[in-house]
Amino acid sequence: MSELVWLIPVFPFLGFLINGLLGKSFSEKLIGVIAAGAVGASFVVAVLIFLELLGMPPEARSIQVEVFRWISSGTLQVPIAFLVDPLSAIMLLVVSGVGCVIHIYSIGYMHGEYGFRRFFCYLNLFVFAMLILVTANNFLLMFVGWEGVGLCSYLLIGYYYEKQSAADAGKKAFVVNRIGDFGFLLGMFLIYVNFGTLNFTEVFAAAPETLAFGGTLVTGITLLLFVGATGKSAQIPLFTWLPDAMEGPTPVSALIHAATMVTAGVYMVSRCSILYALAPTSMTVVAVIGGLTAFFAATIGITQFDIKRVLAYSTISQLGFMFLACGVGAFASGIFHLMTHAFFKALLFLSAGSVMHAMSGELDMRKMGALKPHLPYTHATYLIGTLAIAGIPPLSGFFSKDEILFNAFTVNPGFWAIGAIAAIMTSFYMFRSVFMTFYGKSRVDPETAHHVHESPKLMTVPLMILAFLAAVGGFVGIPFAHLNKFDEWLAPVFAPAREIITHGAHGGHHSVTLEVTLMFVSVAIAVTGLLLAWWMYIKDTEVPERFIAENPTLHSVVYNKYWVDELYDILFVNSIVDFSRFLWKSFDEKIIDGAVNGTGSLARGLGGILSRLQTGMVKDYAMSILAGIVVLIGYLVFSLR
Amino acid sequence: MITLQHYLVLSTALFCLGVIGVMFRRNLIIILISLELMLNSVNLAFVAFSRFIGNIEGQIFVLFIMVVAAAEVSVGLAIAVAVFKRQGTINVNDVNIMKW
Repeated sequence: MSELVWLIPVFPFLGFLINGLLGKSFSEKLIGVIAAGAVGASFVVAVLIFLELLGMPPEARSIQVEVFRWISSGTLQVPIAFLVDPLSAIMLLVVSGVGCVIHIYSIGYMHGEYGFRRFFCYLNLFVFAMLILVTANNFLLMFVGWEGVGLCSYLLIGYYYEKQSAADAGKKAFVVNRIGDFGFLLGMFLIYVNFGTLNFTEVFAAAPETLAFGGTLVTGITLLLFVGATGKSAQIPLFTWLPDAMEGPTPVSALIHAATMVTAGVYMVSRCSILYALAPTSMTVVAVIGGLTAFFAATIGITQFDIKRVLAYSTISQLGFMFLACGVGAFASGIFHLMTHAFFKALLFLSAGSVMHAMSGELDMRKMGALKPHLPYTHATYLIGTLAIAGIPPLSGFFSKDEILFNAFTVNPGFWAIGAIAAIMTSFYMFRSVFMTFYGKSRVDPETAHHVHESPKLMTVPLMILAFLAAVGGFVGIPFAHLNKFDEWLAPVFAPAREIITHGAHGGHHSVTLEVTLMFVSVAIAVTGLLLAWWMYIKDTEVPERFIAENPTLHSVVYNKYWVDELYDILFVNSIVDFSRFLWKSFDEKIIDGAVNGTGSLARGLGGILSRLQTGMVKDYAMSILAGIVVLIGYLVFSLR
Repeated sequence: MITLQHYLVLSTALFCLGVIGVMFRRNLIIILISLELMLNSVNLAFVAFSRFIGNIEGQIFVLFIMVVAAAEVSVGLAIAVAVFKRQGTINVNDVNIMKW
């Protein structure tokens, strides 16, 4: 079965081609069935491959399938080849599984929307690129997927292209991602120069001998790769594009900007775990950036009123947690959180989409409230998602987040502290959004209130599937020795990196007491956030305003997202725009255009002079013939003598 | 003794006169006459060579040239008449509407 892994990305690509090239006269239903069916087929193949891997001994679970040789130039050999191992199997299941559910949801959500076919084409193309990204067996093919998802993200953020803000947001996402991609490319070049190959297995096998532990080279490579990851996964300093990306349709936010694409950075860092393990400095950088991002994004999330923006900042914050996990060497925990996050964040986004659907497109939580009786299913699923992300046991988020915090604690309690504070805020802002949306007094304006209705089955059933996954997804990773199937499953992939890390200073014997204590602290954290939100948004709704009145500066700094966008505008954007304008006005228009136009006027001027020869007098022409004959005869006479 | 050279010199002189006539005269009829002069100078050269080499073909050629020249001059004169009817002059410097 695993030799058929190439089928997985091919199915969505076929869906894209069929809908894109032939779908002009297809009905909405047919387009939806083709698109969702294509991703569903990928999911089926992914499940079969997963089962096959499960049946193998753990050491044998790494299969490479070469489809054909793509680039063959001197020593540079790049095949189109896929790598099937526990890590890519997990990613395949998450991407195709969650992707399929979101496709089904989109059929209902996008019903009657202008550009229905275009939407599904892009969505299928995205899934294709994402699957290439996670199955590639070399850096270059991974980069192809990496760029492909970036392109689709751009296209889908700018889906409502007639809206200026959407077009701008798409552009911003693309440009910011390009900055990250540049780092990725440089890292890739460095790897090629030093290893002479881009194949993952070969590079990682040779890494411990080729690169000195903690050397400049390995640190440089990993930091450059991490720059790529910060761009794609919206970490400090390149996170500003993700909140704006909410301009896209909600299923896009769920699929691309929550469940799959933004986790590509985490996947890439985990894939290169050996390189990172060799560079302790880079590990620290990753952990610090992850922790800070988790913290700052959470603070911004607290103040936002747009339900999708709250979720966007929450996504950034959760991605920060994943990087924190990678940074402290707990790659498996990072991937675990990646998976549970894909479930509950996709669920939250889709539920928010359902709310939006009911509210005639309203996103401002100040204009919601008391929606629970009107939207019973949406309320239930949103609540499950919130409980999961807040870390209330036994939902999935509890296990993954707790594992990350525990691993952070064993490396450095400072990391744990920052993660724990971020976790309180996570719980707080998520319950805040629940209370503001579904409970309390209704602030819905009467016009909209009239139309509030639960979404169709096509949307609520996917919600229930995801809610189920978000609820039970954590049980694969119960954090006690033999019950942690998830860690065990990924162990072969991360074993070399673990070995390098544990070889260093701190040994890996954790006390169970510590683990249990931290677990109770985690629960306490989640409940604290919940109660705080309940107190401020249900019991005493005056509190937030009083707090704002007492701390106006703090609130405005956070509410305005620390003015990071404005800061970037001043520092980078404006100078680049000015420089570009200078190049446009003085270089392009004067020199480039001048050269082209100059050539034209030179030809015209010469022509003007030469046209004087054409007098219109036959005798002048006869004269020139005569002159020609004289010259010719003269030549013959004198040369033949 | 009159040699081939004498005929050829005369022929060249006549040809040059014809050329100068075509170049510098403005009257269309004079130009046509000059053209005839050039053709006949060539005829003279043909006959002279024919006689000198002892080959009759040159003299036959002269007859062809005379026929063509007659045709040419009749067309030329017809053009001169047409131009005069249209422009009221046969001065070639005034007939320059072909100029761009």
